[in-house]
Amino acid sequence: MNQNHIDRQEFNITVYTEHHVGLLNRIATIFSRRKMNIESLNTSPSEIEGIHRFNIVINETEDVIRKLTRQIEKQVEVLKVYYHTNEDVIWQEMALYKVPTDVIAEKALVERLLRENGARAVVIRKDYTVFETTGHREETDNLIKVLQPYGLIEFVRSARIAIIKGSEGFNRKLREFERAEPGSETLENEYLNSREKIFSM
Amino acid sequence: MLTQEKQAPELLEEKKTISGGEALIRGLLKEGVDTIFGYPGGAIMPIYDSLYDYRDQVNHVLVRHEQGGIHAGQGYARASGKVGVVFATSGPGATNLITGLADALIDSTPLVCITGQVFAHLLGTDAFQEADVISISAPVTKWNYQVTDASEIPEALAKAFYIAKSGRPGPVLLDITKNAQLQQFTCGEHTPCYHVRSYRPKPIVRKEYIQQAAELINQAKKPFILWGQGIVLGSAEQEFKAFIEKSGIPAAWTIMGAGAIPSDHPLNVGMLGMHGNYGPNVLTNECDVLIAIGMRFDDRVTGRLDKYAKQAKVIHLDIDPSEIDKNVKATVPVWGDCKETLPLLTELVEAKNHPEWLQKFNDYAAEEVAQVIQDELHPTSGEMTMGEVMQQLNELTNGDAIIVSDVGQNQMVACRYAKLNHTRSNITSGGLGTMGFALPAAIGAKFGAPDRTVVAFAGDGGIQMTIQELGTIMQSGVDVKIIIVNNQFLGMVRQWQQLFHERRYSFVDIISPDYIKVAEGYGIAGKKVSERENLRSALQEMLAHKGSYLLEVMVTKENNVFPMVPQGCSVSEIRLK
Repeated sequence: MNQNHIDRQEFNITVYTEHHVGLLNRIATIFSRRKMNIESLNTSPSEIEGIHRFNIVINETEDVIRKLTRQIEKQVEVLKVYYHTNEDVIWQEMALYKVPTDVIAEKALVERLLRENGARAVVIRKDYTVFETTGHREETDNLIKVLQPYGLIEFVRSARIAIIKGSEGFNRKLREFERAEPGSETLENEYLNSREKIFSM
Repeated sequence: MLTQEKQAPELLEEKKTISGGEALIRGLLKEGVDTIFGYPGGAIMPIYDSLYDYRDQVNHVLVRHEQGGIHAGQGYARASGKVGVVFATSGPGATNLITGLADALIDSTPLVCITGQVFAHLLGTDAFQEADVISISAPVTKWNYQVTDASEIPEALAKAFYIAKSGRPGPVLLDITKNAQLQQFTCGEHTPCYHVRSYRPKPIVRKEYIQQAAELINQAKKPFILWGQGIVLGSAEQEFKAFIEKSGIPAAWTIMGAGAIPSDHPLNVGMLGMHGNYGPNVLTNECDVLIAIGMRFDDRVTGRLDKYAKQAKVIHLDIDPSEIDKNVKATVPVWGDCKETLPLLTELVEAKNHPEWLQKFNDYAAEEVAQVIQDELHPTSGEMTMGEVMQQLNELTNGDAIIVSDVGQNQMVACRYAKLNHTRSNITSGGLGTMGFALPAAIGAKFGAPDRTVVAFAGDGGIQMTIQELGTIMQSGVDVKIIIVNNQFLGMVRQWQQLFHERRYSFVDIISPDYIKVAEGYGIAGKKVSERENLRSALQEMLAHKGSYLLEVMVTKENNVFPMVPQGCSVSEIRLK
């Protein structure tokens, strides 16, 4: 149990799916049936029309993640699932901060504040101003701390989105999927290829 | 001329415009459906209205409860190899299917369930008999889909059948709103579905893994085969037989795989798991290469995982990639349909015999016979045992019957001792362990295999869970032989309470109605037997009887099923008493 805990780390699960009603539920239950919490979930259209991309962040051991991803991939409307550690992806979260304009204009060195935190002003009104920043959790957290003294009114953070460093994109794979008789390039073989490195006889 | 030309296409058009309900029934006929198990209700009435016009072309079996309907569908599918079709209405009709869906999913049974749903404009308004069936059934279906427009019906139905029966089979549910059933639309020809781009029913066979598997097998001194239902689902019984006969490897089965090769085949060394045979369990922890074919290393098969076959190299043949490494790490994964992979493997393995190794199984079997089986199957005094009922039945049917067992002690006895000459002859709720399965599943099995004798083998607990299906027998006139082995207890729970809870028999004492009178009420012949000397003649009478028959056999109250691998123990710690 303890060992299990130590082996846990954040994994970024990328899921390519058809855009179908109820699929979110099917994917969610794969986690909830094991009493697992989803740390972050983003779903949005991918670069290919009609195909959606999920980014799911889960804190787990790799062994469990591997089983989960195969169970997700088993869903009829799921095309492909990948999982990666944080080191294997470039990831960002976006955050919005609403602060009272009078306070921030009077008391803060707005320009320095924005530059130091890589933020920009999205809306400036008489009554409030909305800043935006993107980055890792610590970075967006940090700006909360900075803005708190100036009367932060509202804060929101998006789910994580992640780009896979080693990916060659999904277009070619999709064409493969669309063929009734898949060729040798199809995806299930990827695991077998890398498996040879993990297991030897 | 002009008017004719004008009229003709219009007429044609008129003919092609049909209701969604009719499109569904036509589609089912095109998919080769001959039997539907169902129960009508408000939200599925338009489909039933269309069914009325086609009642000569398809047999609708009116069940007494939707759970009975879906178990009958499962029995039908398991006996026939075809897709079982079930109709239910919205709300409670649909929720009553859930147990059967879960059962069919875990046991990979192909089903297409059609549920009615409230009008599309009422969805989400808590309308009468509205339930969110798509969400409720999602975790227990291979695929489900809500149809809200009639034009979707032909494609959705074709897809449903394709998904249900291809790859690793499973239950599919189509939830059709009432407006879609009523809607008139132009329905084209029914086109079967053969491809869904996001769905890979079969992994591609990788020859190098076949090669590696064959090398391991050829080097093995003590190889051991475990087979499951995958052989049956893949219709690979012949391929499997050829493989074991060439390689000469002893093979044991999970209860879902029972009967894929005959019980008396010399290389069939028996049943795996918690109440399986002695040799197969002990020797799992002695073999050097374990070849698992179409089975998923269920916990009831493996016992304690960290002490399971640790000494062995594991070859795992499965069609479902998510099963590989799920419970037991495979040394060589052979992904694919075993109908394709087994012949490739057979070609590469050397023709061999393993006489000394096989003898070990036979030695353990002899010990098991002496210590357990003899007394169970051939007792000479005392009250009757479930085992002797099965033994007598074997002798009278010669192993040609389909045995549909319920859940609990009766199930373990049926699976352990039923003589099975043919594949698709052992129908039981393996993964989910659904009490009440036997009676409705037997009804379905008889419709799926009308030429065979079908025997439901149930306990006094399970039979009472779905006893209303006697009404289905009465109305449909189906010929099912029902054996109730009555020990006046919920026997398996009682066994565990005896062994692990200091005989604190907590609510396992169950009273039965007068089953013979109940059967009589349904117009079904029956008999109760309490004495050994009457057992055989009663079984003969049951089998000879034209039509359904209920035989209640009073068996000893506190008999235990052995051998047993206690929960949390290794398979090699199997107990004979």
